[in-house]
Amino acid sequence: MGKTLFEKIWESHIVVEKQNEPALIYIDRHLVHEVTSPQAFDGLRMNNRKVRRPDLTIATMDHNVPTSDRSLPILDQTSAVQIKTLENNCRDFGIKLFDINSPNQGIVHVIGPQLGITLPGSTIVCGDSHTSTHGAFGALALGIGTSEVEHVLASQTLWLEKPKTFEIRVEGKRNNPHAVTAKDIILSIIKNIGTAGGTGTVIEYRGEGITDLSMDQRMTICNMSIEGGARAGLIAPDQKTFDYLRNREYTPKNYESLVDSWKVNLKTDSDATFDKTFTLDINDIAPQVSWGTNPGMTCDVDESIPSPDEFSNGDDNQKRGAEKALEYMDLESGTMIEDIAIDRVFIGSCTNARLEDLIEASKIVQGQKVASSVSAMVVPGSQMVKKQAEEMGLDKIFINANFEWREAGCSMCLGMNPDILSPGERCASTSNRNFEGRQGNGGRTHLVSPVMAAAAAINGHFVDVRKLDLN
Amino acid sequence: MKPFQNVKSIVTPLDKVNVDTDQIIPKQFLKLVQKSGFGKFLFFNWRYDENENMKSDFVLNDPKYNGSKILVAGDNFGCGSSREHAVWALDDYGFSVVISSSFADIFFSNCFKNGILPISLDSKIIQKLLQESNVVEVDLENQIVRTSSEDIPFEINSHKKKILLEGLDDIAQTFQYEDKISIFEEKSTIPSVL
Repeated sequence: MGKTLFEKIWESHIVVEKQNEPALIYIDRHLVHEVTSPQAFDGLRMNNRKVRRPDLTIATMDHNVPTSDRSLPILDQTSAVQIKTLENNCRDFGIKLFDINSPNQGIVHVIGPQLGITLPGSTIVCGDSHTSTHGAFGALALGIGTSEVEHVLASQTLWLEKPKTFEIRVEGKRNNPHAVTAKDIILSIIKNIGTAGGTGTVIEYRGEGITDLSMDQRMTICNMSIEGGARAGLIAPDQKTFDYLRNREYTPKNYESLVDSWKVNLKTDSDATFDKTFTLDINDIAPQVSWGTNPGMTCDVDESIPSPDEFSNGDDNQKRGAEKALEYMDLESGTMIEDIAIDRVFIGSCTNARLEDLIEASKIVQGQKVASSVSAMVVPGSQMVKKQAEEMGLDKIFINANFEWREAGCSMCLGMNPDILSPGERCASTSNRNFEGRQGNGGRTHLVSPVMAAAAAINGHFVDVRKLDLN
Repeated sequence: MKPFQNVKSIVTPLDKVNVDTDQIIPKQFLKLVQKSGFGKFLFFNWRYDENENMKSDFVLNDPKYNGSKILVAGDNFGCGSSREHAVWALDDYGFSVVISSSFADIFFSNCFKNGILPISLDSKIIQKLLQESNVVEVDLENQIVRTSSEDIPFEINSHKKKILLEGLDDIAQTFQYEDKISIFEEKSTIPSVL
């Protein structure tokens, strides 16, 4: 019987395999950032261990870094210590670091692909749940905890239980690709399968609705696999993938011969079967807006907020969850999404801060002004994205519309740096999590696409971008 | 890692589903560079108001549950961020067992690295445990949650059970296979980054 893409990558990375026990899997790329690594390096020191393969390990600082003037000192002393700790650890253990002043600095999941570090058919880990992003290149990319970070640093391997396989098919061709985006596709998927729908599985996204997407868009899809509970997300590599990675700063020298073998090996066989399958039609997908406190609590922009009864489908726990979510969000069932006024707009994060995201958002912003009641910011995903955007003049479009134009980092996606919501503030955000307090204690997050966020910034409330001319 | 000891304690009922790791340990506490001392920040935004006064309606603030070692919560516990700080906070606070109808994958894996036992039970049993104020005994060797009225069996992978009972150091285990890792590296086709 045929094999799935996941099974092929898994089997080609087994170091040790035993019946009914986890397998020891080799890790080809380890990405490190400042928040989940200090205790791992401490563990190495305590046991007098070294990093086995510094040449497969890359570090950057993204979660804590200020997105304001980089020439100023970091005011938050605990953040400054954590950043300094990463510098010291990388120096002591011989790991390549893209520090706060590097032109390659940025969100770890944005820079990996941009630098050609992410490769098809490889295994990639990072102490960050959104590592699933790299699956867009046909890599098996897993978010791990700090103990596992230490394990990979020491041994370049991980003990893993083999996940199940989950095929998600997106069929059809988009009628309006500028209004219905990759973000809307993945939010729709999570709305349908639920936030635990993918638990214990690796999702492979397939179908014309997926292969039509650009690499930036595919990364948005795979990035949010974790919000559906999945261990990882995968998209089989194709010509777009191979072209994207060619001639990057760290693209391997033997790239073309690697591509030749990837073309043959990195696809799911036609007679392979998945443990689970879910299909949706791309033309049933509308721009999405989340209304609750997890990414499964989402509806179409032209709908009203569902009642907890409608949302829960008879499950009492889910019903109470929805009631609590509406209370936290200060929203009522029946309110039309387009009638919800917002205070803040955040365009950024490893989900939606790549060049194409900024280009699409800028088309809405061009020649307009942010509503007087709204404060809005753009935080490019990496310094390289920022530079490319500036070369295209996108910074001027945003700044002229009264957006703030910032330096690269995770920023208000999780608010570890000074970019946070105040209690009660309502934000249209291109990030990935609308959990209580995620963007600031008491803050209220609505997850949307970059174009939806831009349109909300201009209008002061949510707008159905299908009504706008986006071409 | 310390070997897991059987526990007997009152159960703390956290009647919520989809408890994410942002709630277990909010981001402002992830800036610390050590593993210890996170217990005081556990469920911080649910435990304290904006002036850092205890919220009387949150279960952890009910003196009845002081010293509890067993947390029971609804479906999909530990979803979201991979932050192991969530497990360090539960451990430092004093919990050594978390019972839920299901767990998110990364959180589940992180538990075993820190000597915490996550137990999955049927949601009907979870409902019962949430409603009653129970003293419960958790017996890992025999895989039983013992309440005053019944013995509830639970499943656990035998490898994971062994890790907890013996408090094994994962990395030391792995180093036994160093020759196999080296052989793998010799035939790997993925080039180094640098």
